[in-house]
Amino acid sequence: MSKQLMGVINLIHEPDELETLTDGRCLATVPFGARYRLIDFTLSSMVNSGISNVAVFAHTKYRSLMDHLGSGHHWDLHHRQSSLFVLPPIADDMSDLRKGDLYHFFQHRDYFMRGQAEYVVVARSHMVCNIDYEDVLRQHIETSADITVVCKRQDEHLSGRARKVRLDERGRVVSMQDHYGRLQSDLVSMEMYIMRKELLLDLVESSLAQGQDHLVRHAIMSRLDTLRIQGYLYEGYLGIINSITSYYRNSMELLKPQVWRELFFKPGPIFTKVKDEPPACYLEGAKTGNSLIANGCVIEGTVINSILFRGVKVNKGAVVRNSIVMQNGEIGIGSALDHVILDKEVHIEAGRDIRGVSDAPFIAGKRKVI
Amino acid sequence: MVRKEMLAMLLAGGEGKRLGVLTKDVAKPAVHFGGKYRIIDFTLSNCAHSGIDTVGVLTQYQPLVLNQYLGIGSPWGLDRRDGGMSVLPPYVKSKGGTWYKGTANAIYQNLGFIDRYDPEYVLIISGDHIYKMDYSLMLEEHKKQQADVTIAVFEVEHKDASRFGIMSTDQHGRITDFQEKPKNPTSNLASMGVYIFSWPVLQQYLIRDEADLGSSNDFGKDVIPAMLADDMKLSAYAFNGYWKDVGTIESLWEANMDLLTDTPQLELNDRDWRIYSVNPNRPAQYVSPQAEVSESLITEGCFIEGAVHHSVVFNGVEIGEDAIVMESVVMPGVKVGAGARIYRSIVGEGAVIEAGVTVGSPDGNKITVVASDDYVGGQTELMEVEQP
Repeated sequence: MSKQLMGVINLIHEPDELETLTDGRCLATVPFGARYRLIDFTLSSMVNSGISNVAVFAHTKYRSLMDHLGSGHHWDLHHRQSSLFVLPPIADDMSDLRKGDLYHFFQHRDYFMRGQAEYVVVARSHMVCNIDYEDVLRQHIETSADITVVCKRQDEHLSGRARKVRLDERGRVVSMQDHYGRLQSDLVSMEMYIMRKELLLDLVESSLAQGQDHLVRHAIMSRLDTLRIQGYLYEGYLGIINSITSYYRNSMELLKPQVWRELFFKPGPIFTKVKDEPPACYLEGAKTGNSLIANGCVIEGTVINSILFRGVKVNKGAVVRNSIVMQNGEIGIGSALDHVILDKEVHIEAGRDIRGVSDAPFIAGKRKVI
Repeated sequence: MVRKEMLAMLLAGGEGKRLGVLTKDVAKPAVHFGGKYRIIDFTLSNCAHSGIDTVGVLTQYQPLVLNQYLGIGSPWGLDRRDGGMSVLPPYVKSKGGTWYKGTANAIYQNLGFIDRYDPEYVLIISGDHIYKMDYSLMLEEHKKQQADVTIAVFEVEHKDASRFGIMSTDQHGRITDFQEKPKNPTSNLASMGVYIFSWPVLQQYLIRDEADLGSSNDFGKDVIPAMLADDMKLSAYAFNGYWKDVGTIESLWEANMDLLTDTPQLELNDRDWRIYSVNPNRPAQYVSPQAEVSESLITEGCFIEGAVHHSVVFNGVEIGEDAIVMESVVMPGVKVGAGARIYRSIVGEGAVIEAGVTVGSPDGNKITVVASDDYVGGQTELMEVEQP
């Protein structure tokens, strides 16, 4: 079945509004969940669904993306029988970068033509979930849909923004609006679309010929009447991450045991770039509660309701509460953090007291010294 | 073949009998250690950090887990076009073929492998020991001394000397005497089982050793004494770091506990000397609001709701509410039920400890062992080992 499906992770014009967290990186590589990057969830879902041919359409600020994905080795996509393509934009001119994603799909059409698969799944990186695309494809084929869009019933978006969808009783999409639209529906689009490769290439060419260059807004949303677009209901955990508040609130959701057990394990494990960090070390006097702690951490202070990425050091007397500390951060002796997000390698000197609030966490950029 | 200056032959066929149920299904080098590693990771990482890119791993006893773990050597940077890792089990030849009879015979049977790289030097190491060592410095010393063989040694306490191969040296570090586990040791320099041979010398002595039908085909017992008798140049290379043979239940438990001291002699969190291993790809560990963790090493994928003190906990372990784990080593995937107590124990991979059950005792000097995949209920009898 997997041979039938190829994957595209479309990063073109993916909003990068995570303040300093997206200053130097695209949204896809924002660190999340103590050891992952956002893209790991979509990419691992694809791999776990047996998809062996994945392209990532990079757009801007993709240095960290290339570094993270490498040869695809950590996702088992580096074999003769599998492949990972990271495709930066093909642009003659800087202004080409501003064109819609269909323009870039057109530029990358060789990828689709070379692939053997009959169907394509197009997804984004800001929808954090663990999904079986084989099941989506199964439903897609069973319902003879032209396009299947993955949806999730959710009343509380934790400040994430998503398109709204309404289905009829047979599961066909009857309306779809951008997040600011007036449509009243508790169903959101997870921005994952499965269709035949031929249809996608058709949509690319015909839309561009009409001067339309956005896949969802133009090619899909304007064809709700002419194409049979079905909704697939995803039941697992979904985190919509496209603002700093949604990033923070969804991170804190990971501290719920049922979310931890579901998102990271079912239906398959989430893979990421491996680092050879030793086990986390809890020293005498360490106090930890309700926290996610990655390998390589050294804890001598107190960590409550927080997420520590790999290699974080919490020194004696330091208290970290309701905070997210990314890779290799260090919290100095006696410092206190509350509602704080520290990007990678931030160093908090001894005796500092830094506080944000849950709606507006304090954020420190990469390598900052406070 | 591209010529190599030095390649490593890593002896990994050890049965590890004295580890009892922990080596029931795995060779000793594949035994778990230090929260996320297997014993062999230490020597393989040493090779990686010493710039050795060709390693022959000699396997024999229960190789299934070990072979799978080693794969093509990628975690240690040994998936190379030229050289890299080769797993070398005993094999059938046109005239018979035998198991590896001893350490020297294991290398003898693979002379052909070494010859393909035509090295100048051969490093012989064992996959049973925990230590961090730069073999390239030892090679420099070997060259400087123009030795035929250089043996790494470290100082042990005089009272322990009779448990090791003991070397006496002159003031220039030349070995004058070697005794395997002597009753009355005359020196306290113990062999670490790390040898650098000049290749032609090794070849010559292995062929001679094989021809001697009375030989036990062992480096310590036969080859080194034969070289001494011939007045070859045997040089000692002093090593000052942490070294431990984790061949027994007590030493395995102790070596794990050694990692939990304030400033451990063996620093795992050393950015310049990472210990590489196969990473299991699990999410970060979750520590619940009621959990208490101190003086411990805990790995990714764990779900901790109880209390963990002075313990080493491997990946994917679940410790239930109100459970207590003290002074113990808990291997991957173990489930500890709510309210269970584990004291001074080694719990094998995948074991399940039923809720409310007590394993081991906080007092005394006994270490309790739970075998891999065991289910421990109230009535289960467990193996206990007395600490010497």
